[in-house]
Amino acid sequence: MPAVVVDTMSDLMRLHYANAASMHRSGSEAMRLAEKARSSVAERMGCSPGEVVFTSGGTESNNLAIKGTLDNIARASKHLVVSAVEHASVYECARQLESRGVELTILPVDGEGRVDPADVERAIKKETALVSVMHVNNETGTVQPIREIGAIVQKYPHVKFHVDGVQAIGKVPFDWRSSGVDLYAGSAHKFGGPKGAGFLLVKEGIELAPLLSGGNQEEGRRSGTLNVPAVVAMSQALRLTMENRDARRVRMYAMRRRLLELIADIPELRTNGISSGDANVERDAAPHVVNVSYPGMRPEVMIHMLEQNGILVSTQSACSSKSLKPSRVLLAMGLGADRASASIRISFGDEHTMEDVETLGDKLKTVVKQLKPLERIQG
Amino acid sequence: MKYDLVLVRFGEIVIKGRNRNRFETMLLTQIKAAFRDMPALEFIRSYARTYIRLNGESYEKVANKLKDIFGIMSFSPVVASELELEAIRDHSLKLIRGLKKAPATFKVSVNRGWKQFPHNSPEMNHLIGSHVLRHTPDLKVDVHSPDVELKIDIQRDYAYVYCEAVKGAGGFPLGMNGKAMLLLSGGIDSPVAGWMAMRKGLKIEAVHFHSYPFTSEQAKDKVVALAKRLAYYGGKIKLHLVPFTEIQTKLVQSGHDNLIITLMRRSMLRIAEKLAEQNGALAIVTGDSLGQVASQTLGSMNVIGRVASLPLLRPLVMVDKQDIIDYAERIGTYETSILPFEDCCTLFVPKSPAINPNLNVVEKAEAVLGAELHRLIDEAVQATEVVVLKENGESDNESSARKEEEAWF
Repeated sequence: MPAVVVDTMSDLMRLHYANAASMHRSGSEAMRLAEKARSSVAERMGCSPGEVVFTSGGTESNNLAIKGTLDNIARASKHLVVSAVEHASVYECARQLESRGVELTILPVDGEGRVDPADVERAIKKETALVSVMHVNNETGTVQPIREIGAIVQKYPHVKFHVDGVQAIGKVPFDWRSSGVDLYAGSAHKFGGPKGAGFLLVKEGIELAPLLSGGNQEEGRRSGTLNVPAVVAMSQALRLTMENRDARRVRMYAMRRRLLELIADIPELRTNGISSGDANVERDAAPHVVNVSYPGMRPEVMIHMLEQNGILVSTQSACSSKSLKPSRVLLAMGLGADRASASIRISFGDEHTMEDVETLGDKLKTVVKQLKPLERIQG
Repeated sequence: MKYDLVLVRFGEIVIKGRNRNRFETMLLTQIKAAFRDMPALEFIRSYARTYIRLNGESYEKVANKLKDIFGIMSFSPVVASELELEAIRDHSLKLIRGLKKAPATFKVSVNRGWKQFPHNSPEMNHLIGSHVLRHTPDLKVDVHSPDVELKIDIQRDYAYVYCEAVKGAGGFPLGMNGKAMLLLSGGIDSPVAGWMAMRKGLKIEAVHFHSYPFTSEQAKDKVVALAKRLAYYGGKIKLHLVPFTEIQTKLVQSGHDNLIITLMRRSMLRIAEKLAEQNGALAIVTGDSLGQVASQTLGSMNVIGRVASLPLLRPLVMVDKQDIIDYAERIGTYETSILPFEDCCTLFVPKSPAINPNLNVVEKAEAVLGAELHRLIDEAVQATEVVVLKENGESDNESSARKEEEAWF
């Protein structure tokens, strides 16, 4: 988290402790700051302030978008469409709704993890309430064709389009107004803001059933005392991240290209998702994620080895990494269990340099050499 | 489409005889002031119109401001073409093609100001018209009522080509018709009334009555936000914040529950009139719309309006609520107006306010309060707080507190 954002957060905790919903002056001051943060988020995301709902983060935003849409529909038959590679906060949410009687269609993906927009159109029927396809996959970095999907969904006014944008913000361009997206989720700690803060963009005119009952904050869409320091810090982090987005993309794609070359040099490692560094192809991958498997090697062994060398990477998605099951995302891409249960996810931040990439390449080589005798082909 | 100039046509002021020069100067000054932050622009004054040379600035940015400047009838984006037939033809075709809505019919009007140009106007009409027709399927000529008139003005330096005319805000330059006080409540109507008054050339000072602690700080902030929005149209807005608590509690205790709104409105008008006198305003503008609420019936208007001797201007008196809302959305005050903070009139509203108050009863009720009421009115005028608001600016006491904030966003 950038130091200036930490300072903002602590300044606000000290100076504006009041509840933004209070009538008194300090309360309305806090509210004014929160609204300023809302306008700032709106400006950066290209929406209007009334379309920003503050939440506790990506998981809540995704749940609010999906359950809020489905629960707001009186129809007996409801139908939900999600991709097979969604983050757990979408995927598990959809599974939970399925157990409550919602009809669920799970869209397949191709070998690089991409949804085919034509599949979306085929899945839509008159009971369909919502299509949910993420913007950037958290494990592989694959960018979904959400513009194309948005254009399709727009043809069916009874269907709403939700996009989990958590991994995309600050890394991949997005134009809210022309996107055809109705609901877009963001999480502050993915772009240098504090944990416990996020937002859901809700297109004007869309009503959501709230997840929480309470004091009807956020115009009834999200009850609970507003976390003003976090919200202001998030708006600042978002501004900083957006100001540097284009430069960051250039820098990170260069790092990604180099890393892919280094990995290609190690025959034991296999890149999952989009492995090309070609300028036209790499645009379909986010610049900050590379996913590799070492088939025959448990990923946590790799992780611990790299950690001893001062490099922090993770398995699958951090949220589900404690389980040793093969990655659902990689399985959906048609990869075998050996590869799907042996993946590690390497991601860059603004703090990383090309030098770090070279170091990482060296360490990967050493670690693989050390582990080679321990390979277990059966996984 | 990249444009080189904007042609700005002045509105009603053209007909104003000898004063025309003063008015045009006034309008041009206001146009220049509106574009202070775009130093690249050049302004070329002409009869009943002005040209703005863009020098690379974005037409959209300029148009976005121009449409809100009072006194402008319409404006057109113009392309400056080389003085060669082929170039003029090219630009003409591009302009027609660039229109958002493809026209079904058009006509060409050429004015050859520079007579050395080899083709005269009728020839040019034909040369341009036939070229456009040939390259635009489904387009026809209609010389009487075309969808689009393609104009070409041939001057010594360039041929100026344009066809789109964007409607301006109309009205008169701001301040041309003097000054008025606007009663600004925080609701939907009064900001619209203020905008309409400004559009007709009135400089506006806003008056707001607050009843702290019965009304909240947010109610005041809301009025400040509305006044700032009006300042976008009116340059700077002086906002008079009148403490109304004492008068209001006095009136509430007078025992005429159903007349309370009538009594309050009368006192407000008296205060507004005194503020008008102090500030050299010659009218009071209100958002009254006939029959909308109890205080806006004809009976109420009669009894309330009697206390003022200045003209009471009610731009919305015959306008339907939905139309007022449409205006409010257009001028950007609606979202603020519907925020839920009470103003001092919505408090103490009786269950059944008089829709036809009796003047005698009202005057008697005031007579009982006698000198006390006049003293309170004078005190309220004395204690009125004045803030000068700019569109994006802050009032002085706000700005220091906001300095440290900047680091947070």
